Amino acid sequence: MSPQRIAAIGVDAGSTTCKVVAVTPTGAIAAWRLERGLPRIEEQTAALVDDLLAECPDASVDVRIVATGYGRKLVGRAERSVTEITCHARGVFQSTGHGGTLLDVGGQDSKVIQIGHDGRVLDFAMNDKCAAGTGRFLEHTAARLDVPLDELGPRSCAAPSEQAISSTCTVFAESEIISLIAHGVPLDGILRGLHRSLVSRLVAMVRTLGVRPPVMLSGGVARNTAVRALLEQDLGIAVEVPPHPQLMGAFVAALLALHTSGSDLDSMHGATRTPGFQILK
Amino acid sequence: MNLPAQLSYAVGYGLVGKAALWRQRRKDERAILARMRQPSGQLLAPPLLSSARMKELMSRHYLQARYATGVRKVAWVTSGAPVEILQALGFLLIYPENHAALCGARRKAVDMCVEAEHAGYSRDLCSYARTDIGTVISGKAPITRIPKPDLLLCCTNICQTVLYWYRVLAHHFKVPLIVIDTPFLFEEAQAHQIDFVKQQLEEAIPVAEQVAGRTLSFPTLKDVVHAGKRASELWLEVLNRAQHRPAPITAFDGFTNMGPIVDLRGEPETIRFYETLLAEVDRRIETGVGAVANERMRVLWDNLPIWYRMGWLSGLLAQRGVSIVASDYTYAWGELAPMMDPDRPIESAARVYLHPILNRSTGNKLHSMRRMAKDFQCDGVILHSDRSCKPYSLGQIAQRDWLANEVGVPAFLLEADHSDSRAFSEEQAGNRLEAFIELMEARG
Repeated sequence: MSPQRIAAIGVDAGSTTCKVVAVTPTGAIAAWRLERGLPRIEEQTAALVDDLLAECPDASVDVRIVATGYGRKLVGRAERSVTEITCHARGVFQSTGHGGTLLDVGGQDSKVIQIGHDGRVLDFAMNDKCAAGTGRFLEHTAARLDVPLDELGPRSCAAPSEQAISSTCTVFAESEIISLIAHGVPLDGILRGLHRSLVSRLVAMVRTLGVRPPVMLSGGVARNTAVRALLEQDLGIAVEVPPHPQLMGAFVAALLALHTSGSDLDSMHGATRTPGFQILK
Repeated sequence: MNLPAQLSYAVGYGLVGKAALWRQRRKDERAILARMRQPSGQLLAPPLLSSARMKELMSRHYLQARYATGVRKVAWVTSGAPVEILQALGFLLIYPENHAALCGARRKAVDMCVEAEHAGYSRDLCSYARTDIGTVISGKAPITRIPKPDLLLCCTNICQTVLYWYRVLAHHFKVPLIVIDTPFLFEEAQAHQIDFVKQQLEEAIPVAEQVAGRTLSFPTLKDVVHAGKRASELWLEVLNRAQHRPAPITAFDGFTNMGPIVDLRGEPETIRFYETLLAEVDRRIETGVGAVANERMRVLWDNLPIWYRMGWLSGLLAQRGVSIVASDYTYAWGELAPMMDPDRPIESAARVYLHPILNRSTGNKLHSMRRMAKDFQCDGVILHSDRSCKPYSLGQIAQRDWLANEVGVPAFLLEADHSDSRAFSEEQAGNRLEAFIELMEARG
């Protein structure tokens, strides 16, 4: 593959992972990086950006950068920052071409975002004071049970039974699970119950804002097949997962850097739909 | 007659203290004037010159309180208590809620809350109550020494917590407790409800007279009600001036300058203070000075302030051109002014103290918010979901949905606590606030 010209870069410094996406002048993804987030956000993002620029020799060193995610204010080279709520909403709109209800489940945050027919955020709700309805809930218990993160979804989907997990607290759920295992309950059924517990919290949050079809899922947890399947079951509606849901925030940050100047977010409205997640490499 | 106390009061407060506070005010005023002369370009307008006067008034009140034991009878009262009778009897009034708010603003509240928690009081209890109880049982003076009460007056029109809180105080200090029970209003107050409160006020008079050691003078009571009514009217006028564009004051100015209308209502000096403040606000309007330099969006605030993060919050909002132009909390001390009637002090007090926003239905609050959002031309509403204040936070999820979906004003729940900073996460709150601002910006 020949190196692509980089026109702009988006950085999503999330609570769990750090994502960097470089786009071409037409808005297609030229290259991307995804790493577990380190405490020194400024250094990590700078290194990732340098890495991308090195891969694409055609890129200018003063390429425009926009940051999003929890650590967005710490991305020293970013010309400005935008919250991940706006980014994910715009990203879904850019890649699907329609609005609806977006459920973005990240490492430490869950958000329900209602998106209008023009891609604008109409309303949103976020989890507060508790990480039980987030990716951390699954990550924490998977680590405790020594199950690789990638296996969580498939094993839960294939489980012949489901063990109810009554606790909605990550820490208490862990002790509950240990007790269940000690009593000989099959692990896969426990995993499925764990997913159900997470999904029930997400569904409750969706219902506070109301379902505005279609329903979409983004964020790192969207890669988990069981979460999507159980969401569809509990909501009674199909759940759409856009391509590369975990990169959505960084991708839109890159598009914002590409399309807009100053703080004018609106200039992205009505912009020609970009090729989106048509990864060129 | 307690001569040493009298002497200490005359010297500490009358001779030295008042003069020192006057000098401090002059110094504060000079500093504010110097800031006013600086070239513009700041996100926020310089502080109001009147705020120096406010600081002097409130400091003087607390200084007087410090020397009051043995000189003046002291009553501790809830923020919505019918205080006019006590004022007319010469009591010095202490508002534990105001003291707790000061502790919150000066980041001293958590230490006092911890004192109460160590004594067994639940962390789920209101942080004002915990701050006060913690101060009382620890004997500490986080800001200034508060005199012990001779009398307690508790009115249930703001919450039910005060009922138990003041019982704790009565048990601790072993002083009489007057409870004024105000029936919750689902609609307008009925005649029998007004009679019920009026009767309690009449029964309270001899109790208060006995503690005061004097008889209530009705002409004095009339004067106190008249002064309170005038101050409340002025306060409402000050707040309503924020309907102008750009708003000359924000709700933060309201939070900062509400001390006198709460603590010193009925004092002639309070009237003069709000007259001065109103004139200053009018000068800002005449000269086109906005409290937020680049006002692009206007927001209504619901519930108590987050006392320990006022500077952070006002800075974050001003940076994005957001001005919080009104608050239903500060409004509560002004909107009942028309009901006050100096010629019928007891009956009108019964009516007034039945009608605070927290003693009325959530539907009434919703309609008030809708009216205020319209009158102040708000682009959004921030509902502070206050972990401490359950009555104020009750129904906010439905209110938020109704504002967003039925009224068409973006609305947002901000989770925090008015005084206990342990229930607040700056990172999470800031992230959500920025997303809300982006949402308002996108609506144009």
